[in-house]
Amino acid sequence: MSLSQQTREQARAIISRYPQARSALLPMLHLVQSEEGYVSADGISLCAEELSLTTAEVAAVATFYTMYHRKPAGEYHIGVCINPGCGILGGDAIWDKLSNRLGIGHDEVTADGKISLERIECQAACTHAPVMTANWEFLDNMTPESAIEVVEKLASGQEVISTRGPRIRTFKENELTLAGFDDGLVDEGGQADAEMLAGLNRAKELGQSAPGVKK
Amino acid sequence: MTVTTQTVTVTVDGVVVEVPAGTLIIRVAEMLGTAIPRFCDHPLLAPVAACRMCLVEIEGQGKPQPSCAVTVADGMVIKTQHTSEMAEKAQAGVMEFLLINHPLDCPICDKGGECPLQNQAMTNGQGETRFQGTKRTFPKPINVSAQVLLDRERCVSCARCTRFADEIAGDPFIELLERGAKQQVGTSEDQPFDSYFSGNTIQICPVGALTSAKYRFRSRPFDLVSTPTACEHCASGCALRTDVRRSTVMRRLAWDAPEVNEEWNCDKGRFAFPYTSEARLTHPLVRDEDGNLVPTSWPEALRIAAAGLAETGAASGVLTGGRVTVEDAQAYSSFAREVLGTQDVDFRARVVSNEETAFLANHVAGKPLDVTYGDLETAKSVLLVSFEPEDESPIIFLRLRKAALKGSTKVYSVGPYTSAGLAKMKGTLLVAGPRQEVSVINNAAEYLTSDSIILVGERAAQTPGALHAASELAQKTGAKLAWVPRRAGDRGALDAGLLPIGGRNTSEIMAAAGGAVKGLLIGGVSPEDVDGDLIAAVESAKFVVSLETRHTEVTANADVVFPVAVITEKSGTFRNWEGRDRSFSAVVTTPGALSDADVLGELAREVNKTISVTDFWASASKPAVVAGPVDASEVGSGQAVLSTWRHLLDKGALQSGEPYLAATARVAVVRVSPATAQKLDLIDGGTATVSCCGESASAPLIVTAGMADDVVWIPANSEGCSLNLPSGCVVSVSRGEI
Amino acid sequence: MTLTPVLTAHWDETDSYKISGYMRHGGYTAFKKAFATGPDGIISIVKDSGLRGRGGAGFPTGLKWSFVPQGDGKPHYLVVNADESEPGACKDIPLMLANPHALIEGIIIAAYAMRANHAFIYLRGEVPHVFRRVNNAIREAYAAGYLGKNIMGSGFDLEVVLHAGAGAYICGEETALLDSLEGRRGQPRLKPPFPAVAGLYASPSCVNNVETIANIPYIVNNGVDWFKSFGTEKSPGFKLFAVSGHVNRPGIYEAPLGITMRELLEHAGGVRNGHKVKFWLPGGSSVPMLTPDLLDTPLTYEDIAAAGSMLGTGTPMIFDETTSVVRAVTGWISFYKHESCGKCTPCREGTWWLSDVLHRFEDGHGTESDLDKLIDICEQIAGRSFCALGDAAATPFPAALKHFRDEFVQATISPASETFDPVAATVFAGATR
Repeated sequence: MSLSQQTREQARAIISRYPQARSALLPMLHLVQSEEGYVSADGISLCAEELSLTTAEVAAVATFYTMYHRKPAGEYHIGVCINPGCGILGGDAIWDKLSNRLGIGHDEVTADGKISLERIECQAACTHAPVMTANWEFLDNMTPESAIEVVEKLASGQEVISTRGPRIRTFKENELTLAGFDDGLVDEGGQADAEMLAGLNRAKELGQSAPGVKK
Repeated sequence: MTVTTQTVTVTVDGVVVEVPAGTLIIRVAEMLGTAIPRFCDHPLLAPVAACRMCLVEIEGQGKPQPSCAVTVADGMVIKTQHTSEMAEKAQAGVMEFLLINHPLDCPICDKGGECPLQNQAMTNGQGETRFQGTKRTFPKPINVSAQVLLDRERCVSCARCTRFADEIAGDPFIELLERGAKQQVGTSEDQPFDSYFSGNTIQICPVGALTSAKYRFRSRPFDLVSTPTACEHCASGCALRTDVRRSTVMRRLAWDAPEVNEEWNCDKGRFAFPYTSEARLTHPLVRDEDGNLVPTSWPEALRIAAAGLAETGAASGVLTGGRVTVEDAQAYSSFAREVLGTQDVDFRARVVSNEETAFLANHVAGKPLDVTYGDLETAKSVLLVSFEPEDESPIIFLRLRKAALKGSTKVYSVGPYTSAGLAKMKGTLLVAGPRQEVSVINNAAEYLTSDSIILVGERAAQTPGALHAASELAQKTGAKLAWVPRRAGDRGALDAGLLPIGGRNTSEIMAAAGGAVKGLLIGGVSPEDVDGDLIAAVESAKFVVSLETRHTEVTANADVVFPVAVITEKSGTFRNWEGRDRSFSAVVTTPGALSDADVLGELAREVNKTISVTDFWASASKPAVVAGPVDASEVGSGQAVLSTWRHLLDKGALQSGEPYLAATARVAVVRVSPATAQKLDLIDGGTATVSCCGESASAPLIVTAGMADDVVWIPANSEGCSLNLPSGCVVSVSRGEI
Repeated sequence: MTLTPVLTAHWDETDSYKISGYMRHGGYTAFKKAFATGPDGIISIVKDSGLRGRGGAGFPTGLKWSFVPQGDGKPHYLVVNADESEPGACKDIPLMLANPHALIEGIIIAAYAMRANHAFIYLRGEVPHVFRRVNNAIREAYAAGYLGKNIMGSGFDLEVVLHAGAGAYICGEETALLDSLEGRRGQPRLKPPFPAVAGLYASPSCVNNVETIANIPYIVNNGVDWFKSFGTEKSPGFKLFAVSGHVNRPGIYEAPLGITMRELLEHAGGVRNGHKVKFWLPGGSSVPMLTPDLLDTPLTYEDIAAAGSMLGTGTPMIFDETTSVVRAVTGWISFYKHESCGKCTPCREGTWWLSDVLHRFEDGHGTESDLDKLIDICEQIAGRSFCALGDAAATPFPAALKHFRDEFVQATISPASETFDPVAATVFAGATR
């Protein structure tokens, strides 16, 4: 299946952002995933054609980065951080529980195509450990129980809200966001949560502040 | 111009040495005879410092440094593994890492016995492994092309192959895929590594990861006898090494010739050698009473041939073909003029013109090394006329690409469209169909200075006026002029005088056969190459002697056939396009194998004459270069002007018997401009048929932006698409297959 | 030492991430001062401030800017390293979620100083909501006339492009980041040439961390003396300390450099109740672990180095006595193996081998001689690999062995999961008990 004309035009729009066309390749591969849910051979060809590269040059890049899928990701791509900061604090237990419950392992998809699982590395949210992601939106401070609940809701089409972000949309929709196409969701989720405000709240509690910084 | 090189003084293992500033440490060590182990380093590739095998200690630096990437600074004190424990330990550590996942399959690996990893594991490694786990494995081997096979578990990720493909050949069809411990060389699913230069990656692979389908599991390096040779395919003049096992050529490698092919060659030169042992003629043949060709003795055949040729004498034509050595060419020249007494002699087995004859006599013959590879690299600009280097002289292509990437040389090409090769040379197209070439050449002065070079290909003979225009352009701008023929023997033949000064050219000889030309002496000439009917000429002539290596249509119709030696059986010299002599030795001994020169010498002896070596051009008259008559035939509706040349890999006789090589050939396509496609009602991607004079060829159509209008391009002599017509012909073009 | 919210001072206001929230507290005034000061003056200010790069290496920022050659006629590029992926580091991501305009204004000033008319923010791909917030900030800044052509009539043009990565820790290494930004595999480049001379598109470039750049408007607005009133002489200024692990109140704590780990830990509510610190890492998994006896070490570049570790990203992770060191180290080494780019032999093969052996320890199948071998492997990686990722990978094990040799010896007999109940180490252990 070849990609749509709209995707090709969006690819050209990405290219126009950069002084040199090849810089557009990473966002373009996100774009390709927004249509197909993975980087297909056609997706590689599209990038190669638009950037005057060989398909091998594109494949070399596509296979280097872990966010590019070789086969279709689930509608909801679930990441469980197993880096020690999260893994020890509960990420490993969450992984075991989820993987067992869904009957799929790392980089695998449920038979209905709804959920795929990935053992992810540090998500830069260690203060919120254990951390999961759904289509890369934060799901902070998880437990095995909350993990199961979230995934079952997603699988059955119920709404799940990111702990620091919007309602979880599909994998493809979020890939379009990462390709740089605005989705109007910037105001979703709070500006900061308890962990992000821990220091500020503590300072206020103690009456501490930085000299010269007006409250 | 004087070049002042700044030097610096450095110490390597206690030895003080003065070297040019900017030299890499590893090269300085080489100058001193110190071998620092290395894998990713290659003198013709940009440093990457990836393998870390060449780590050395530099005094004052806390950690070992990659000697392949650090240039010397004045006063630098360098300690290699011979004097530094830090360096020795670092190298041993890297070697241990390289071996933990390397299979222990040396006994069955093609590289075993000539393997840098094996050798350096012995010199710079440890005797035993401390690795106890399970080695990384991959399914093996995989084809990166029909010819090149990859065993990924042997790969050490030095990236020499991928860097060669990208930096040197400009064909990045192989790349490093995946990352970390899973990193591996590979291609994309839809595009194999079909580069004309792919075989070089096998040669520079420092392990046995890349092997050729042709040679894989065929031999052990220590069973081979190696001989330095020269390539017989094109006029580039590559130095080769031919490896023989029990009188059979097993493989050929590019050999070191910094002034010519550096360390590279093309796949045709590397793999196209099975023809040398295929269906060879073994005995002289003569006609019996019934007219059948039958084997006979050498004395008998020589007697009959000499008698026949003595009879036709000055009414003989001599067609030598372009595969002759300098020595053979001199013998033909002497035999034609002094033994037969004819001026009807021509080496050109292709379209010829008297304009070209005059051009070659005035501007090329007897002028060795007027323009060299080195000059191409330093020229400000190079103008290509009727010449597609990647297809027609691949080493010129590599050198021009190198020069263009350095930014020192700008390449311009007079041609119908921007070829892949031109794009890889970052070249600029001066767009011209065959009929516009002369005016474009006439107006090309703005691209040239006295620091420029004009390279004219042999196809210029197909365009009346082109050679005249090129010589005028050189005169006007002060640019140097060089001519690049397509065959290895062409330049030597020209210099030996195998050109019809005051005689008939190839086409004229054939046309006159049976009339004014009664006898024919024919070397390696194929009927499909020449402009005229060679077989009809052979049939018409009263007496025909053929010197050949294999049965051909010519031998089938000749009166006497002499088997002659192929390149592997004789020593000799090819003179490349520069006029540089490339000598080679026999690599196999075939009893009774005689070169063309040997046979001609014997024939001369039969009539009590001898072959002499004379400088033909010292006394030859040189006709003025006059533009030939322009073809002004009308281009009717449904028609276009043909533009064509041969791909490097085609149906050429010397490529037979090598299916893996043939499988990497470029697929034939038909090209027209968008406007012409519209005019001729052709569809991009559909099949188009080009036809003329009862011949036709069909191939997929590529509508090519920026191409000359009213021109159709197809490859000549290509598998499945062969139209043996010269550029400039008016042809019909239609949709679909006929 | 007191907490000093500067970058975080207004994160409790609901529009903190919008231009309105940023401008309510003096946002977008610093760049106008910068335009009045002139590029060289700004570089001097940043040099004088002593600001050190907040990405981990701590290189003086003003000095780095001054390496970009001026008047060379080539385009210059500012590239912001927003690829925060170091295990334990989680400061830039919150900063960009809650206060992206500080970054944007910092970019304007930094680009102006180094005469760059093009800036890129290389954001790791796995954070779409951060992407939204930063892209929105860029849009708002364009709309306000703070980005684009002839900003505020100054004659200075600046285009800012947000670029999403795609999952590769190595792209935090600045030359790998540049290759990635050019649409290539994120493998580090040979130096020289350094990015300041030939960086993005072979043009002079400067790569700076998010937090570093976000500091700039505050320094320009409040002055060098104000900035130096925080921290120490060698480590001036304030820092976003992200405290994570077995603490009661993990989160972002903004304090002067020089605050001790013990003080920070107290702000963070201490180690979770009933437990005590077993080991801690001052700033990411790439720095050697330290033991509780060093909790009073001031968190400065120089003091942490003297204590045998590195400040790194300044994002301390605290682990209590329920933690298996063998398991933690094995996890981190697996991470480096996963993230090794593959370019150089020591890192590619060394991390693979380390991981192979350490997993045997985690499973209880190590041998004592393996311990020497592991040390040897680390020594064969450190200082021999192409970039700092290899050095980082060679860091966790030697430090762990030094402090907790007994645990590794125990792992020659029994699996880590038997010696240390994994459930006890989880944050929900209490809830399930």
